[in-house]
Amino acid sequence: MNMKTNIRILFGLIVFVALSTFLYNCKPKGPKAAVEGGAAEKVYVAPGKYDEFYNFVSGGFNGQMSVYGLPSGRLLKIIPVFSVFPENGYGYTEETKDMLKTSRGYIPWDDLHHVELSETDGVHDGRWAFANGNNTPRVARINLKTFRTDEIIELPNSGGNHSSPFITENTEYVIAGTRFSIPMGDNRDVPISSFKKNFKGTVSFIKVDPQSGRMSIDFQLRTPGFNFDLSHSGKGPSHDWFFFSCYNTEQAYTLLEVNASQKDKDYIMAVNWKKCAEYVKQGKGIKVKSNYTHNTFDEKSSTATSTLEKEVIQLDPAELKDVVYFIPCPKSPHGCDVDPTGEYIVGSGKLAALIPVFSFTKFQKAIADKAFEGEFAGMPVIKYEAALHGEVKRPGLGPLHTEFDEKGNAYTSMFISSEIVKWNVKTLEVLDRVPTYYSIGHLSIPGGDTKKPWGKYVVAYNKITKDRYLPTGPELAQSAQLYDISGDKMQLLLDFPTVGEPHYAQSIPANMIAPNSMKIYKIEENTNPYVSKGEGKTKVERKGNQVHVYMTAIRSHLTPDNIEGIRMGDEVYFHLTNLEQDWDVPHGFAIRGAANAEMLVLPGETQTLKWKPTEVGIVPFYCTDFCSALHQEMSGYVRVSPVGSNVPIKFGTGVVEDTDTKEAH
Amino acid sequence: MNKIIVFFFSISVFSACAPDKPKNAEEFPTPEQQKTALKEAITNPTKGLGAVKNVTLHHPIEQDRVTRGLAIYEMKCSACHKLTDQRIVGPGWQGVTKKRAPEWIMNMITNTDVMLEKDPEAQKLLELCLMRMPNQNMAIGDARDVLEFMRKNDGEK
Repeated sequence: MNMKTNIRILFGLIVFVALSTFLYNCKPKGPKAAVEGGAAEKVYVAPGKYDEFYNFVSGGFNGQMSVYGLPSGRLLKIIPVFSVFPENGYGYTEETKDMLKTSRGYIPWDDLHHVELSETDGVHDGRWAFANGNNTPRVARINLKTFRTDEIIELPNSGGNHSSPFITENTEYVIAGTRFSIPMGDNRDVPISSFKKNFKGTVSFIKVDPQSGRMSIDFQLRTPGFNFDLSHSGKGPSHDWFFFSCYNTEQAYTLLEVNASQKDKDYIMAVNWKKCAEYVKQGKGIKVKSNYTHNTFDEKSSTATSTLEKEVIQLDPAELKDVVYFIPCPKSPHGCDVDPTGEYIVGSGKLAALIPVFSFTKFQKAIADKAFEGEFAGMPVIKYEAALHGEVKRPGLGPLHTEFDEKGNAYTSMFISSEIVKWNVKTLEVLDRVPTYYSIGHLSIPGGDTKKPWGKYVVAYNKITKDRYLPTGPELAQSAQLYDISGDKMQLLLDFPTVGEPHYAQSIPANMIAPNSMKIYKIEENTNPYVSKGEGKTKVERKGNQVHVYMTAIRSHLTPDNIEGIRMGDEVYFHLTNLEQDWDVPHGFAIRGAANAEMLVLPGETQTLKWKPTEVGIVPFYCTDFCSALHQEMSGYVRVSPVGSNVPIKFGTGVVEDTDTKEAH
Repeated sequence: MNKIIVFFFSISVFSACAPDKPKNAEEFPTPEQQKTALKEAITNPTKGLGAVKNVTLHHPIEQDRVTRGLAIYEMKCSACHKLTDQRIVGPGWQGVTKKRAPEWIMNMITNTDVMLEKDPEAQKLLELCLMRMPNQNMAIGDARDVLEFMRKNDGEK
């Protein structure tokens, strides 16, 4: 062999090795799912860069709302809503305790299922997010400037608030349909077996003030004793209507798994809310004594106020005749979703082998033609075929929830067959399907329930996680999955774990929220009655056995940091004002033995932590949020003396008067 | 032979199929920007960096500004700055109006983060105090009031 041949062989070998390395490296690895090329690039948000969408996700049984960035799936924030949050003192500080007050007393937990962003003309406007408390019926409004819960209203005459907090096109109303029907009125001590006779449901229509966002219950609609699951308002031509999915039209009260799954069809309840509102104005409502709380959070004082309301107005649709119609819908429907045009209403029957799509035009015609198959509890039941646009045949198993893109397609989650199915709303033809891991519940497309979907992605919120992440013992994080829907075929891009148990979620382009996001509370505008506007205003005041400490925090000291004259049996209130006026400089406060939590005080605001000393001695307190190089020095002492002690109240910072040396000389 | 090595090299680069994403230029200040900032700081050492270019001081001092300046001082400044020459967290204010140009003081108050990053005098203070002066969200008018209060504190009439 000559030199040339040698070189050729060497060359060939090198190319072979290099190419095979290349091919080997680029083969998709890891979890069995076929992640196709380019997925990583589509979700990579470089350090220091921002995500394209905010994703507001319900926390389910953690009672909070979490905020993720899309497409990265990064967790940006957890907003405490219905549950206490020791991390920042929500529900523990004197200022925030009232947010969790109900007519049943202080309730520190709830089950937050659905998130709905405020809309103007059927399009997200980025002002507020609404959320439902499923267990002790409540609806909350979150301010998207501060990312804080601004308001919580309780719902009387409700057995559980699941079908909520869906809104009308201009956020005129937030609705709340009862999940459990219960006996109402004066006689509530009845046998459970008297369900059909005594149990009723309600749907509350909560009015939203267009400027302030303040909520008030305008009226409640009395309904038969069903379970209401989900709902959506009409849009465009169907603007005046609201559609609710109902299950358990069997009116079962035990072993619902079997007994509430007997009928082939349950109902979609269509409500003409515009007409209802008119009837209320005309005085056709019935005043009903009902206790419920209305809690509001004032931004200037960072303080919640709870008011007890005593009365609601109810409408009886069986008497009014023309406000409620039932549309038969197979079978135990969950999702009840209206497409962007407002013409098509999609029922997703958990136990159905097809997806019925109703036409608003046909539904209107059916009412005009009186194409009824009968009545239920005095309200007309429309003939199924009369309102039906068509059925999506064999879409998969267990359709749950449907959202829409901007191109006339619908995406339905299939719980039992663990997949997302894409289909055309008009032709009802199935176009594509992708597996989800595992058992998808809700899905969410940015703007996917509005007039103007932004499309691009669909997120699957899965109920079962199993082997998707490193195991963490018997309890696992919930698994969300992001899919690209910009092409003809859906493409899995990313798995990301979520906290709590997400049910519904909504996404909105980041540029509709980010520019308005608040950075600080202006200290000049702080109206908290216990504010200290400057160190010179700090003091300690005794009122009987209550001691009020007016304290300030700035990097890196607390004033006062030496406090004496506290006695056993006192209730000490630390009113801490954060004097900082810079973004992202909260100060925290914790004191040894505090039976509640720490509190986080944002720049310019005042928060109060109550503390009861448990033993005589010196008790340290400190700042919990690492604020500067001398954060560890940001601390102080309280001297606790016995009951009846005559140690005077004394306080200060930076006053050095070493008594031990004085005593020695 | 050389050609072969070059070819081999290019293939192995190609075979690294997930290269680091190139860093985006606008994420960092360009060397040009850094140079300009430095130049500005050096050519104009006493006035500092920020929107305040020229301050006219009046004699006698303006009493209404002093009153407002005192209120701002008590709320936003007194936690760290004493009115004597004693340094607590930040330097004491006594004599500050003799030592610094009025523009520098107002830029330090209103453009704190940039000053701490780029102004050599501000950086010296950071090294001394080891605590970044916080941005206290002050408008230029507020800073002017505080300046007037500092003049009063320094004994001006």
